[in-house]
Amino acid sequence: MSTATTSSPATTSSRATKVLGWLTLVGFAVLVALAFAWVPEDTRITEQGDVVGQFDAVRLMFVHVPSAILAYTGFGLTFLASLAYLRWRTDWWDIMAHSSAEIGVLFGVLTLVTGSIWGRPTWQTWWEWGDVRLVTTLVMVLVFIGYLAVRRIPADAAVQARRSAVIALVGAVNIVIVNRSVDWWENRTLHQQSTLIARKIRDETLFTLSFSFAVGMVLFVWLLLHRFRLAYLERQIEQIEVNEALAERRAEADLADDEREQP
Amino acid sequence: MTHVGYLMAGWSISVAAVLAYASWVLLRGRSLSRRVPENRRRWMMPDD
Repeated sequence: MSTATTSSPATTSSRATKVLGWLTLVGFAVLVALAFAWVPEDTRITEQGDVVGQFDAVRLMFVHVPSAILAYTGFGLTFLASLAYLRWRTDWWDIMAHSSAEIGVLFGVLTLVTGSIWGRPTWQTWWEWGDVRLVTTLVMVLVFIGYLAVRRIPADAAVQARRSAVIALVGAVNIVIVNRSVDWWENRTLHQQSTLIARKIRDETLFTLSFSFAVGMVLFVWLLLHRFRLAYLERQIEQIEVNEALAERRAEADLADDEREQP
Repeated sequence: MTHVGYLMAGWSISVAAVLAYASWVLLRGRSLSRRVPENRRRWMMPDD
């Protein structure tokens, strides 16, 4: 259905998103340089004199760990926005919950994929069903894929928003479980406990990892702004289409009235 | 360098997935923006 058009160029960009977009690109280029040219390979010498470690596979950390942090951020924001929606019932919070969940799912899937790729050379396995961190992360991602699926079921907008918000609140419980799983079930996971808190990594690696978080966050905000505006536009178009349909019905009714009045 | 295949796979899949998603969002946003009047797009700025 055709709706209103404008003559000027139309996008979801603004000055803020352009700045963030460029920051992301430059930041990513610096990240690649740091990760591949500055950070040394991971090696340790055992008491027996053997050289062990992850070697260059450690460089997968700079895509896997930020992906996990961004997935937590996306799902955490969905939780907060859903809570706010249930309190204030405005479209703004519902759109925020939807947008951040979608970005959370993107990074959640990337966390699982890059984790699997990193696990193969490090633990000699692509996947381990007995590992609580892996399985709880998979459940978390599946719950939010379900959340997005529920949002596609045709329903009254308010009912859909309320239903989705409740699912997000229930699903968000798992974020805490995923995050704490390595401490709560330390004998049932291949993952180590936080090396960041224990400061068990080299300074170059720690700096590059922190830098990857910063670049990831800028990327997250850039994606969120564009995705939020896209969802906002979808709602505007729905509204425009409803108004047009109503106007057509009114015009038809007026025409019918006029014909009846004419002898 | 060791584990080149794993490194290539991990990094390229991540970049490709983010690029694909970002392109979808930008292109769909561009297409829908044309159908919404300017006064309903408060972030609107002329492309320079």
